[in-house]
Amino acid sequence: MTQTAAIPFNGTAETPWVMPNRGIVAMWCLIAAEAAIFIIFVVAYLYYIGKSLSGPYPSQVLELPIFGTICLLSSSITVHAAVSAIRKGNTRACSLALAATVLLGSIFLATTAMEWHHLIYDEGLTIKTNLFGTTYYSLVGLHATHVIVGLLLLFTTLIFSLGGKVREEHSERIEVLSLYWHFVDAVWVVVFLVVYVLGR
Amino acid sequence: MATATSGLEAIDQTRSAQPPRPSVIYEWLTTVDHKKIGIMYIVYALLFLVIAGAEALLMRIQLAVPNNHFLSPQVFNQLFTMHGTTMVFFVGIPVLFGFGNYLIPLMIGARDMAFPRLNAFSFWLSAFGGILLYLSYFAASGLYGAGSAPDVGWFAYAPLTARVFSPGHSTDYWTLSVLLSGIGTTATAVNIVATAFCMRCKGMILTRMPLLVWLFLVTSCMVFVVVSPLTAAQIMLCIDRYLGGHFFDTQAGGSAMLWMHFFWIFGHPEVYILILPTFAFMNEIIPVFSRKAIFGYPAMVAASVGIGFVSLGVWAHHMFTAGMGPAGNTFFVFATMVVSVPTGIKMFNWLATIWGGKVQYRPPMMFAAGFLFQFLLAGLTGIMLSVAPFDWQLSASYFVVAHFHYVLVGGILFSLFAAFYYWYPKVTGRMMNETLAKWHFWLFVIGFHITFDLMHIPGLLGMPRRIYTYEAGRGWEVWNMWIGIGAIIQTVATLIFVYNLVHSYFRGKEAGPDPWDAWTLEWATTSPPPSYNFAVEPTVTSRRPLWDLKHPHDTDSSYE
Repeated sequence: MTQTAAIPFNGTAETPWVMPNRGIVAMWCLIAAEAAIFIIFVVAYLYYIGKSLSGPYPSQVLELPIFGTICLLSSSITVHAAVSAIRKGNTRACSLALAATVLLGSIFLATTAMEWHHLIYDEGLTIKTNLFGTTYYSLVGLHATHVIVGLLLLFTTLIFSLGGKVREEHSERIEVLSLYWHFVDAVWVVVFLVVYVLGR
Repeated sequence: MATATSGLEAIDQTRSAQPPRPSVIYEWLTTVDHKKIGIMYIVYALLFLVIAGAEALLMRIQLAVPNNHFLSPQVFNQLFTMHGTTMVFFVGIPVLFGFGNYLIPLMIGARDMAFPRLNAFSFWLSAFGGILLYLSYFAASGLYGAGSAPDVGWFAYAPLTARVFSPGHSTDYWTLSVLLSGIGTTATAVNIVATAFCMRCKGMILTRMPLLVWLFLVTSCMVFVVVSPLTAAQIMLCIDRYLGGHFFDTQAGGSAMLWMHFFWIFGHPEVYILILPTFAFMNEIIPVFSRKAIFGYPAMVAASVGIGFVSLGVWAHHMFTAGMGPAGNTFFVFATMVVSVPTGIKMFNWLATIWGGKVQYRPPMMFAAGFLFQFLLAGLTGIMLSVAPFDWQLSASYFVVAHFHYVLVGGILFSLFAAFYYWYPKVTGRMMNETLAKWHFWLFVIGFHITFDLMHIPGLLGMPRRIYTYEAGRGWEVWNMWIGIGAIIQTVATLIFVYNLVHSYFRGKEAGPDPWDAWTLEWATTSPPPSYNFAVEPTVTSRRPLWDLKHPHDTDSSYE
């Protein structure tokens, strides 16, 4: 990235000129912006806890999504494994770890889908029903949207990786992707605490 | 290049190998060059400036005499909504990011932004947002036949934006266009931060980065935490309007206050997002025309970062009359007053830069002087309004309108004019006409002060904002008439400026690479710069690389 053809302004600097990776900097910026969006939704959720005028209320219908949470949080470990594997040039291990991440993320998404199906068809809670419905579906839905985006990216990378296109020199790009995925997992910890622990 | 090639001469040695040129329209529509995108941002913002300025003029004609029926109340509501929304989202942000796009890579010795294609994407997204907003005039009636342009005010308080009170699609156009431009703004901010951190040329450590780049860096970091809440709030509004949610639906237990909080968490720091880049222009222009290095570079950086942080905690001073209780009011009174400390540091540093310098009153410096004086006054009325009891008297009156227009016109617009006169030679290769520039300056100063100094008075006399007309005999007539006259003088001045822009492009004096004898890297390349900016990547050893180049026996690097 940095060419070293120097104009000798006055003397030449001998120290190597290394700049941070732009992908990683940009991903941190994106994470800051996304975090701000989530904070606003979390604030709205917290502000409206217990303010619904009619049921169903969270204590009646919500159950702790333990299994999905375990899957999603473990996927952070597998995506980290993918990054360290590709750093060592181990493409097979990288593909395997990516596949595990996609699988664990998909299981999480499936548990969310089943939960929503249960809430909509068995409990009659929709986004229109009351404030709980509005805030619950928008916050959990916003997170689920990010999971879907992350899964699409991970799945694309997996396809490339299986085709032998992901090599050691791409490790920083995989790291950018893993940063995003860690962020999605970290947001879930907050959503879990707010929706299923505090809000119930 | 074998011997010691100076930066000024090492510009262009590869011109022979140019590919065949595509058609002009194709070239501009598909460009990813930061300079072309920057120019498109600026031209697009100027178009909207003319549109929104015309809207302001229509409103002033309506208010010039009492009991006027030039405009209907509904049209008046649409005009102030469109004027505010356009000026903030489709003039202020694009023009400033346009300058940032153009200047940042040149100033740090890079060939382009960190993500050129993302850059083009965010420009077209913002441009589409602006077009969508104005499409509402033709398309927003929808199935209900009610309303055309949005008429809910630029801060669109709930529950006025609910389906019940805003039928039709005009409010949807407002929401979606602001949402789109917000996403575009965030993407540009990501790009600017990545560029400033990762694309600097050899030797340009952070403490040698030009102050302009520093301030754009702070602005962009603010965009992440400031524009995102607005994006979130617009998503909530969409959920309310399209999916039947209850975020701001008071009938179902929702809260109108929540929208106010979310909007002003964006809305107030947004003012700083607009003003920090104009401080950045001042930081470049004042030293060059005072022939002195900027006074207190580290203090300037620290003050900018300080403004960035403090401005995040002052939003609810827009809500003193909404009933937050004494604790909330007290906190936001003091937080607001604290902002004036870092801003004061900047003010004193600029004055100290001018102090003892050989000041040259060329057009950029004239507008810079206007900025310093007017921005100070605007800050003083800001401190008055930050006092909650004072605000209770004057909230939603013309005093508030006068205050923030003093900031936006007297501060931001003057600084922008200075920037136009300063960098126009770099962008086009030609100087702007100085006689016309002086006419522009003096007419604009006179028009500005007639309009906005006098606008404080009807506010103090109790004239509320957003009324479409008023009865005679309240003592407001004469002031409103003068405000209108001032607006017309400002319009004439702006037309002179636009004429100067066009005229100088064809007839202006050739500028050469460095017409102002300046010190930052953008003046080391030709005017206009080639698409690759620098044929050889520059190396810097101080904050003023061109000073070092011009004075090899007395370089800055021996003092820093």
